[in-house]
Amino acid sequence: MNIAIPVDETKTNVCASLGRAPYFMIINANTSEKTIIDNPAIAASGGAGIKAAQSVIDQNVKAILTPRCGMNAAEAFKAAGIPLYQTVSESIDQSLEAFNKGELIELQNIHPGFHGRGGK
Amino acid sequence: MKIAVLSGKGGTGKTLVAVNLAAVAKNSVYADCDVEEPNGYLFFQPTEVTKHQVTVSIPSIDYNHCSGCRKCVDFCQFNALAYIAQKPAFFADLCHSCGGCVLLCPEHAISEKQNTIGKIFIGRSKTITVITGIMDTGRASGVSVIRQVLHCLNQKNKTGTIGIIDCPPGSACIVMESIREADYCVLVAEPTIFGLHNLQMVIELVQLFNKPFGIVLNKCTADANPSAEYCHEKNLTILASIAFDKKLGQLVSDGQIAVHCDPLWHELFVSLLDKIIKEAGYEAATDNQR
Repeated sequence: MNIAIPVDETKTNVCASLGRAPYFMIINANTSEKTIIDNPAIAASGGAGIKAAQSVIDQNVKAILTPRCGMNAAEAFKAAGIPLYQTVSESIDQSLEAFNKGELIELQNIHPGFHGRGGK
Repeated sequence: MKIAVLSGKGGTGKTLVAVNLAAVAKNSVYADCDVEEPNGYLFFQPTEVTKHQVTVSIPSIDYNHCSGCRKCVDFCQFNALAYIAQKPAFFADLCHSCGGCVLLCPEHAISEKQNTIGKIFIGRSKTITVITGIMDTGRASGVSVIRQVLHCLNQKNKTGTIGIIDCPPGSACIVMESIREADYCVLVAEPTIFGLHNLQMVIELVQLFNKPFGIVLNKCTADANPSAEYCHEKNLTILASIAFDKKLGQLVSDGQIAVHCDPLWHELFVSLLDKIIKEAGYEAATDNQR
Protein backbone atom coordinates (compact mmCIF):
# COMPACT_ATOMS: atom_id res chain seq x y z
CA MET A 1 0.00 0.00 0.00
CA ASN A 2 1.02 3.62 -0.59
CA ILE A 3 0.96 6.54 1.85
CA ALA A 4 0.91 10.19 0.73
CA ILE A 5 2.25 13.27 2.57
CA PRO A 6 2.12 16.90 1.33
CA VAL A 7 5.69 18.22 1.39
CA ASP A 8 7.13 21.73 1.10
CA GLU A 9 9.89 23.16 -1.14
CA THR A 10 12.60 21.49 0.95
CA LYS A 11 11.12 18.07 0.07
CA THR A 12 12.02 16.98 3.60
CA ASN A 13 9.30 18.69 5.63
CA VAL A 14 5.54 18.26 5.80
CA CYS A 15 3.74 21.14 4.05
CA ALA A 16 1.17 23.10 6.09
CA SER A 17 -1.19 23.09 3.10
CA LEU A 18 -2.53 20.04 1.31
CA GLY A 19 -4.23 21.56 -1.75
CA ARG A 20 -1.44 24.06 -2.42
CA ALA A 21 1.54 21.91 -1.36
CA PRO A 22 4.27 22.03 -4.04
CA TYR A 23 4.86 18.27 -3.87
CA PHE A 24 3.49 15.04 -2.51
CA MET A 25 5.70 12.29 -1.18
CA ILE A 26 4.38 8.83 -2.00
CA ILE A 27 5.74 6.16 0.32
CA ASN A 28 5.47 2.49 -0.49
CA ALA A 29 4.70 1.01 2.93
CA ASN A 30 6.07 -2.42 1.98
CA THR A 31 9.40 -1.37 0.49
CA SER A 32 9.70 2.06 2.23
CA GLU A 33 10.56 3.46 -1.20
CA LYS A 34 9.85 7.20 -1.41
CA THR A 35 8.93 9.10 -4.56
CA ILE A 36 8.18 12.80 -4.92
CA ILE A 37 5.44 13.88 -7.33
CA ASP A 38 4.53 17.44 -8.36
CA ASN A 39 1.21 18.75 -7.14
CA PRO A 40 -0.55 19.82 -10.37
CA ALA A 41 -2.90 22.03 -8.30
CA ILE A 42 -0.27 24.39 -6.88
CA ALA A 43 -1.23 27.17 -9.28
CA ALA A 44 -4.86 26.18 -9.96
CA SER A 45 -7.13 29.23 -9.98
CA GLY A 46 -9.86 27.30 -8.22
CA GLY A 47 -10.65 23.80 -7.05
CA ALA A 48 -7.07 23.16 -5.92
CA GLY A 49 -8.25 20.76 -3.22
CA ILE A 50 -10.04 18.53 -5.72
CA LYS A 51 -7.20 18.61 -8.21
CA ALA A 52 -4.61 17.82 -5.53
CA ALA A 53 -6.80 15.04 -4.13
CA GLN A 54 -7.18 13.61 -7.63
CA SER A 55 -3.41 13.41 -8.14
CA VAL A 56 -3.03 11.60 -4.81
CA ILE A 57 -5.99 9.25 -5.41
CA ASP A 58 -4.44 8.32 -8.78
CA GLN A 59 -1.32 7.11 -6.92
CA ASN A 60 -3.25 4.21 -5.42
CA VAL A 61 -2.85 5.69 -1.95
CA LYS A 62 -4.42 4.00 1.07
CA ALA A 63 -3.68 6.65 3.71
CA ILE A 64 -2.81 10.35 3.81
CA LEU A 65 -0.76 12.01 6.53
CA THR A 66 -1.45 15.76 6.62
CA PRO A 67 -1.67 18.58 9.18
CA ARG A 68 -4.99 19.71 7.70
CA CYS A 69 -7.39 19.34 4.79
CA GLY A 70 -10.07 21.45 3.12
CA MET A 71 -13.70 20.47 2.70
CA ASN A 72 -13.70 19.61 -1.02
CA ALA A 73 -10.52 17.53 -0.85
CA ALA A 74 -11.82 15.76 2.27
CA GLU A 75 -15.03 14.91 0.43
CA ALA A 76 -13.05 13.47 -2.49
CA PHE A 77 -10.87 11.36 -0.16
CA LYS A 78 -13.97 10.18 1.70
CA ALA A 79 -15.62 9.11 -1.56
CA ALA A 80 -12.42 7.29 -2.49
CA GLY A 81 -12.35 5.60 0.93
CA ILE A 82 -8.93 7.01 1.83
CA PRO A 83 -8.50 7.98 5.51
CA LEU A 84 -6.65 11.16 6.60
CA TYR A 85 -4.32 11.09 9.60
CA GLN A 86 -3.21 14.25 11.32
CA THR A 87 0.54 14.83 11.46
CA VAL A 88 1.98 16.29 14.66
CA SER A 89 5.51 16.99 13.45
CA GLU A 90 7.01 18.92 10.55
CA SER A 91 9.40 16.04 9.98
CA ILE A 92 8.35 13.51 7.38
CA ASP A 93 10.36 10.74 9.04
CA GLN A 94 8.85 11.41 12.47
CA SER A 95 5.36 11.52 10.96
CA LEU A 96 5.89 8.18 9.22
CA GLU A 97 7.30 6.63 12.38
CA ALA A 98 4.33 7.86 14.42
CA PHE A 99 1.95 6.52 11.78
CA ASN A 100 3.65 3.12 11.71
CA LYS A 101 3.41 2.91 15.51
CA GLY A 102 -0.31 3.68 15.23
CA GLU A 103 0.09 6.97 17.12
CA LEU A 104 -1.58 9.30 14.60
CA ILE A 105 -5.29 9.95 14.96
CA GLU A 106 -7.69 10.57 12.11
CA LEU A 107 -7.94 14.25 11.10
CA GLN A 108 -11.02 15.74 12.78
CA ASN A 109 -10.98 19.40 11.81
CA ILE A 110 -11.83 19.80 8.16
CA HIS A 111 -11.61 23.52 7.34
CA PRO A 112 -14.11 25.05 4.90
CA GLY A 113 -11.35 25.88 2.40
CA PHE A 114 -9.89 29.24 1.41
CA HIS A 115 -11.33 29.33 -2.11
CA GLY A 116 -9.14 32.03 -3.56
CA ARG A 117 -9.04 34.10 -0.38
CA GLY A 118 -5.63 33.04 0.90
CA GLY A 119 -5.48 32.48 4.63
CA LYS A 120 -2.69 31.07 6.74
CA MET B 1 -26.79 55.27 -21.56
CA LYS B 2 -25.32 53.16 -18.78
CA ILE B 3 -23.20 54.60 -15.99
CA ALA B 4 -21.31 52.26 -13.66
CA VAL B 5 -20.40 53.44 -10.16
CA LEU B 6 -17.49 51.58 -8.63
CA SER B 7 -14.69 51.82 -6.09
CA GLY B 8 -11.71 49.76 -5.03
CA LYS B 9 -13.03 49.29 -1.53
CA GLY B 10 -16.32 49.16 0.30
CA GLY B 11 -17.74 52.12 2.18
CA THR B 12 -16.49 54.89 -0.11
CA GLY B 13 -19.98 56.00 -1.11
CA LYS B 14 -20.80 54.00 -4.24
CA THR B 15 -24.41 53.50 -3.25
CA LEU B 16 -24.74 57.15 -2.14
CA VAL B 17 -23.56 58.30 -5.57
CA ALA B 18 -25.47 55.65 -7.55
CA VAL B 19 -28.79 56.14 -5.73
CA ASN B 20 -28.66 59.94 -5.94
CA LEU B 21 -27.67 59.92 -9.62
CA ALA B 22 -30.64 57.66 -10.36
CA ALA B 23 -32.86 59.96 -8.30
CA VAL B 24 -31.97 63.13 -10.27
CA ALA B 25 -32.23 61.51 -13.70
CA LYS B 26 -35.59 62.04 -15.37
CA ASN B 27 -36.19 58.42 -16.19
CA SER B 28 -33.72 55.99 -14.79
CA VAL B 29 -33.09 52.35 -14.08
CA TYR B 30 -31.08 51.62 -10.97
CA ALA B 31 -29.38 48.21 -11.14
CA ASP B 32 -27.80 46.93 -7.93
CA CYS B 33 -24.99 44.55 -8.93
CA ASP B 34 -23.55 44.34 -5.42
CA VAL B 35 -25.25 40.94 -5.25
CA GLU B 36 -23.51 39.79 -2.07
CA GLU B 37 -25.11 42.58 -0.08
CA PRO B 38 -27.36 44.82 -2.19
CA ASN B 39 -28.68 47.84 -0.29
CA GLY B 40 -29.86 50.41 -2.87
CA TYR B 41 -33.46 49.16 -2.52
CA LEU B 42 -33.43 50.34 1.10
CA PHE B 43 -33.40 53.93 -0.19
CA PHE B 44 -35.88 53.48 -3.03
CA GLN B 45 -38.37 51.26 -1.17
CA PRO B 46 -39.69 49.94 -4.51
CA THR B 47 -43.28 48.77 -4.92
CA GLU B 48 -44.97 46.42 -7.43
CA VAL B 49 -41.96 44.16 -6.95
CA THR B 50 -41.66 41.01 -9.04
CA LYS B 51 -39.27 38.21 -8.15
CA HIS B 52 -37.29 36.10 -10.61
CA GLN B 53 -35.04 33.10 -9.97
CA VAL B 54 -31.51 33.05 -11.35
CA THR B 55 -30.43 29.59 -12.41
CA VAL B 56 -27.32 28.14 -14.01
CA SER B 57 -26.88 24.82 -15.80
CA ILE B 58 -24.90 22.12 -14.02
CA PRO B 59 -24.24 18.54 -15.13
CA SER B 60 -26.36 15.65 -14.00
CA ILE B 61 -24.58 12.31 -14.39
CA ASP B 62 -26.49 9.12 -15.21
CA TYR B 63 -24.24 6.52 -13.60
CA ASN B 64 -26.12 3.68 -15.33
CA HIS B 65 -24.75 4.91 -18.65
CA CYS B 66 -21.36 6.20 -17.48
CA SER B 67 -18.53 3.96 -18.72
CA GLY B 68 -15.97 5.61 -16.46
CA CYS B 69 -13.84 6.79 -19.39
CA ARG B 70 -12.69 9.88 -17.46
CA LYS B 71 -12.96 12.24 -20.46
CA CYS B 72 -15.21 14.68 -18.58
CA VAL B 73 -12.88 14.79 -15.57
CA ASP B 74 -9.79 15.44 -17.67
CA PHE B 75 -11.62 18.13 -19.63
CA CYS B 76 -12.95 20.17 -16.69
CA GLN B 77 -10.75 23.26 -16.26
CA PHE B 78 -12.39 24.21 -12.96
CA ASN B 79 -11.74 20.94 -11.13
CA ALA B 80 -15.44 20.48 -10.57
CA LEU B 81 -15.16 16.81 -11.51
CA ALA B 82 -12.94 14.21 -9.84
CA TYR B 83 -12.35 10.60 -10.87
CA ILE B 84 -13.04 8.47 -7.85
CA ALA B 85 -13.60 4.71 -7.82
CA GLN B 86 -13.76 4.62 -11.64
CA LYS B 87 -16.59 7.18 -11.78
CA PRO B 88 -16.79 10.98 -12.05
CA ALA B 89 -17.75 12.79 -8.83
CA PHE B 90 -19.24 16.26 -9.23
CA PHE B 91 -18.54 19.32 -7.04
CA ALA B 92 -21.26 21.86 -7.81
CA ASP B 93 -19.58 24.79 -6.05
CA LEU B 94 -16.69 24.74 -8.51
CA CYS B 95 -18.74 24.33 -11.70
CA HIS B 96 -18.65 27.31 -14.09
CA SER B 97 -21.54 25.97 -16.21
CA CYS B 98 -19.45 25.73 -19.38
CA GLY B 99 -21.33 22.62 -20.56
CA GLY B 100 -18.15 20.97 -21.87
CA CYS B 101 -18.64 17.69 -20.02
CA VAL B 102 -22.14 17.33 -21.49
CA LEU B 103 -20.84 17.79 -25.04
CA LEU B 104 -17.85 15.54 -24.54
CA CYS B 105 -19.41 12.46 -22.91
CA PRO B 106 -19.21 9.63 -25.50
CA GLU B 107 -21.96 7.70 -23.68
CA HIS B 108 -24.31 10.73 -23.50
CA ALA B 109 -24.52 9.98 -19.79
CA ILE B 110 -24.37 13.66 -18.76
CA SER B 111 -27.32 16.01 -19.14
CA GLU B 112 -27.86 19.54 -17.83
CA LYS B 113 -30.06 20.47 -14.93
CA GLN B 114 -30.87 23.89 -13.51
CA ASN B 115 -29.41 25.02 -10.23
CA THR B 116 -30.79 28.13 -8.50
CA ILE B 117 -28.04 30.48 -7.33
CA GLY B 118 -29.87 33.74 -6.67
CA LYS B 119 -32.85 36.03 -7.19
CA ILE B 120 -33.67 39.24 -9.04
CA PHE B 121 -36.25 41.72 -7.72
CA ILE B 122 -37.67 44.33 -10.09
CA GLY B 123 -39.82 47.15 -8.72
CA ARG B 124 -40.76 50.81 -9.19
CA SER B 125 -40.00 53.87 -7.11
CA LYS B 126 -41.85 56.79 -8.76
CA THR B 127 -40.20 57.14 -12.20
CA ILE B 128 -37.28 54.91 -11.28
CA THR B 129 -37.08 51.20 -12.05
CA VAL B 130 -35.17 49.41 -9.30
CA ILE B 131 -33.44 46.11 -10.14
CA THR B 132 -31.81 44.20 -7.30
CA GLY B 133 -29.73 41.05 -7.64
CA ILE B 134 -29.18 38.84 -4.61
CA MET B 135 -26.87 35.86 -4.61
CA ASP B 136 -27.93 32.93 -2.44
CA THR B 137 -25.82 32.53 0.69
CA GLY B 138 -22.88 30.16 0.28
CA ARG B 139 -22.52 30.46 -3.49
CA ALA B 140 -18.99 30.95 -4.78
CA SER B 141 -19.52 33.61 -7.44
CA GLY B 142 -22.16 36.22 -8.18
CA VAL B 143 -21.20 36.62 -11.84
CA SER B 144 -24.30 34.81 -13.19
CA VAL B 145 -26.60 36.87 -10.96
CA ILE B 146 -24.93 40.10 -12.15
CA ARG B 147 -25.28 38.99 -15.78
CA GLN B 148 -29.02 38.53 -15.18
CA VAL B 149 -29.33 41.96 -13.47
CA LEU B 150 -27.68 43.58 -16.50
CA HIS B 151 -29.91 41.62 -18.86
CA CYS B 152 -32.93 43.06 -17.02
CA LEU B 153 -31.34 46.53 -17.15
CA ASN B 154 -30.97 46.26 -20.93
CA GLN B 155 -34.64 45.30 -21.24
CA LYS B 156 -35.80 48.23 -19.08
CA ASN B 157 -33.27 50.80 -20.28
CA LYS B 158 -34.97 52.33 -23.30
CA THR B 159 -33.65 55.27 -25.34
CA GLY B 160 -33.55 58.45 -23.26
CA THR B 161 -33.38 56.66 -19.93
CA ILE B 162 -30.29 56.47 -17.82
CA GLY B 163 -29.11 53.18 -16.37
CA ILE B 164 -27.11 53.40 -13.16
CA ILE B 165 -25.09 50.31 -12.29
CA ASP B 166 -24.18 50.10 -8.59
CA CYS B 167 -21.12 47.82 -8.65
CA PRO B 168 -19.73 45.52 -5.98
CA PRO B 169 -16.57 46.81 -4.25
CA GLY B 170 -13.11 45.76 -5.39
CA SER B 171 -11.71 44.99 -8.82
CA ALA B 172 -12.40 41.25 -9.21
CA CYS B 173 -14.50 39.27 -11.74
CA ILE B 174 -17.80 40.50 -10.30
CA VAL B 175 -16.76 44.12 -10.93
CA MET B 176 -15.50 43.35 -14.44
CA GLU B 177 -18.85 41.73 -15.21
CA SER B 178 -20.69 44.78 -13.81
CA ILE B 179 -18.84 47.36 -15.94
CA ARG B 180 -18.59 45.28 -19.10
CA GLU B 181 -21.43 47.09 -20.88
CA ALA B 182 -21.13 50.48 -19.18
CA ASP B 183 -20.71 53.59 -21.34
CA TYR B 184 -19.02 55.51 -18.54
CA CYS B 185 -17.47 54.64 -15.18
CA VAL B 186 -17.66 56.78 -12.06
CA LEU B 187 -14.94 55.95 -9.54
CA VAL B 188 -15.68 56.95 -5.95
CA ALA B 189 -12.61 57.54 -3.78
CA GLU B 190 -11.82 58.35 -0.17
CA PRO B 191 -9.23 60.97 0.86
CA THR B 192 -6.78 58.53 2.44
CA ILE B 193 -3.63 56.65 1.38
CA PHE B 194 -5.62 53.42 1.58
CA GLY B 195 -8.36 55.06 -0.50
CA LEU B 196 -5.80 56.07 -3.12
CA HIS B 197 -4.34 52.56 -3.25
CA ASN B 198 -7.79 51.12 -4.00
CA LEU B 199 -8.57 53.93 -6.44
CA GLN B 200 -5.44 53.06 -8.44
CA MET B 201 -6.62 49.45 -8.68
CA VAL B 202 -9.96 50.42 -10.21
CA ILE B 203 -8.33 52.99 -12.52
CA GLU B 204 -6.16 50.16 -13.84
CA LEU B 205 -9.28 48.03 -14.29
CA VAL B 206 -11.36 50.59 -16.21
CA GLN B 207 -8.37 51.44 -18.40
CA LEU B 208 -7.98 47.75 -19.19
CA PHE B 209 -11.58 47.79 -20.42
CA ASN B 210 -11.03 51.07 -22.32
CA LYS B 211 -13.88 52.75 -20.45
CA PRO B 212 -14.11 56.53 -20.21
CA PHE B 213 -14.09 57.43 -16.52
CA GLY B 214 -14.11 60.23 -13.98
CA ILE B 215 -13.60 60.42 -10.25
CA VAL B 216 -15.86 61.51 -7.41
CA LEU B 217 -13.86 62.46 -4.32
CA ASN B 218 -16.00 61.70 -1.28
CA LYS B 219 -15.65 62.57 2.42
CA CYS B 220 -13.29 65.45 1.62
CA THR B 221 -11.95 67.47 4.55
CA ALA B 222 -9.51 70.38 4.91
CA ASP B 223 -6.72 67.84 5.43
CA ALA B 224 -4.48 66.40 2.73
CA ASN B 225 -6.27 64.33 0.09
CA PRO B 226 -3.90 61.79 -1.51
CA SER B 227 -6.62 60.71 -3.97
CA ALA B 228 -7.13 64.31 -5.16
CA GLU B 229 -3.39 64.87 -5.45
CA TYR B 230 -3.06 61.74 -7.56
CA CYS B 231 -5.88 62.88 -9.88
CA HIS B 232 -4.20 66.28 -10.37
CA GLU B 233 -0.83 64.69 -10.94
CA LYS B 234 -2.18 62.24 -13.55
CA ASN B 235 -4.53 64.83 -15.06
CA LEU B 236 -7.61 62.68 -14.36
CA THR B 237 -11.14 64.06 -14.50
CA ILE B 238 -12.54 64.97 -11.08
CA LEU B 239 -16.31 65.02 -11.55
CA ALA B 240 -17.22 66.21 -8.06
CA SER B 241 -15.85 66.64 -4.55
CA ILE B 242 -18.29 65.79 -1.77
CA ALA B 243 -17.38 67.24 1.61
CA PHE B 244 -17.33 65.08 4.73
CA ASP B 245 -20.64 65.94 6.36
CA LYS B 246 -22.21 64.27 9.38
CA LYS B 247 -25.65 65.42 8.26
CA LEU B 248 -25.23 63.51 5.00
CA GLY B 249 -24.02 60.46 6.91
CA GLN B 250 -27.09 60.66 9.16
CA LEU B 251 -29.44 60.89 6.15
CA VAL B 252 -27.82 57.85 4.55
CA SER B 253 -28.03 55.81 7.74
CA ASP B 254 -31.71 56.78 7.97
CA GLY B 255 -32.28 55.43 4.45
CA GLN B 256 -33.01 58.89 3.01
CA ILE B 257 -32.18 59.94 -0.54
CA ALA B 258 -30.03 63.07 -0.08
CA VAL B 259 -31.22 64.91 -3.20
CA HIS B 260 -34.80 64.79 -1.87
CA CYS B 261 -33.73 66.36 1.43
CA ASP B 262 -31.65 69.39 0.55
CA PRO B 263 -31.52 71.60 -2.58
CA LEU B 264 -27.74 71.83 -2.23
CA TRP B 265 -27.31 68.11 -2.66
CA HIS B 266 -29.87 68.09 -5.44
CA GLU B 267 -27.80 70.71 -7.22
CA LEU B 268 -24.59 68.76 -6.63
CA PHE B 269 -25.95 65.54 -8.14
CA VAL B 270 -27.70 67.30 -11.04
CA SER B 271 -24.43 68.93 -12.01
CA LEU B 272 -22.58 65.63 -11.47
CA LEU B 273 -24.95 63.82 -13.82
CA ASP B 274 -24.71 66.63 -16.38
CA LYS B 275 -20.96 66.45 -16.25
CA ILE B 276 -20.96 62.67 -16.68
CA ILE B 277 -23.29 62.91 -19.66
CA LYS B 278 -21.11 65.60 -21.25
CA GLU B 279 -17.95 63.64 -20.56
CA ALA B 280 -19.53 60.56 -22.12
CA GLY B 281 -20.76 62.59 -25.07
CA TYR B 282 -24.46 62.15 -24.44
CA GLU B 283 -27.29 64.68 -24.52
CA ALA B 284 -28.36 66.16 -21.20
CA ALA B 285 -31.35 64.45 -19.63
CA THR B 286 -31.49 65.61 -16.05
CA ASP B 287 -34.48 66.74 -14.09
CA ASN B 288 -33.91 70.32 -13.01
CA GLN B 289 -37.38 70.78 -11.55
CA ARG B 290 -37.69 69.53 -8.04
